[in-house]
Amino acid sequence: MIRVLATPFDPWSAIAEHQVAMQRDGEYGACATFVGTMRDINEGDQVKGMTLEHYPGMTEKHLEKIVVSAREKWQLLDTLLIHRVGDLLPNEPIVLVAVWSAHRKDAFEACRFIMEDLKSQAPFWKKESLSNGDKQAEKNRWVEKNTSGY
Amino acid sequence: MTQSKNEHSMTIKVLYFASLKEVFGCAEQVINSTGMSTVDDVWRHVSAGCEVQQSVLNAVNQEYAASDTAVKAGDEVAFFPPVTGG
Repeated sequence: MIRVLATPFDPWSAIAEHQVAMQRDGEYGACATFVGTMRDINEGDQVKGMTLEHYPGMTEKHLEKIVVSAREKWQLLDTLLIHRVGDLLPNEPIVLVAVWSAHRKDAFEACRFIMEDLKSQAPFWKKESLSNGDKQAEKNRWVEKNTSGY
Repeated sequence: MTQSKNEHSMTIKVLYFASLKEVFGCAEQVINSTGMSTVDDVWRHVSAGCEVQQSVLNAVNQEYAASDTAVKAGDEVAFFPPVTGG
């Protein structure tokens, strides 16, 4: 399941609910998860908020493509991918990737693959709202690029 | 209806995202497709007179494309900076 959400979500209850709803009890021996959360500091600056823009249509298609590609490479029972858009505050979850498989190798590797592909290819853009304590210093800036996670 | 179909058949929808949307001052633009055979033709047309200092990625009909990817009337062409999700 893939969801792009404009409102805050709780990744832990999303995982628990999905695991019940997918009705694969007894089949999965592994569930690997990644949760990305907004920090309040980036490149030495205080970040008080962030806006996540995306390309509606292409974003969903691309996420779907990443999951299909992961399912071709590994033996997966199910996947759950949730990504926030819109206005976020520090400590809010940005992204959740959860992967269920019979054995840990498939779940670990597919979760990593989906997350790294998402970071480097999925059409989302972050704009940070900075505040270093001084009102005059408040400004917005686009995050220029994601660093490779490998 | 016939008229809008004809208009559609003669145009390309161009989308901009993130910082490029700010550079161009708009999110979307419809251009005449005459003379536009590749993504690069569209880019040169829309960016004429603009100073774009950053690297730009392209998509045609919501799939990543190269600058020499063919375009035709009715296509949706998007230009955007490197992605920063996750």
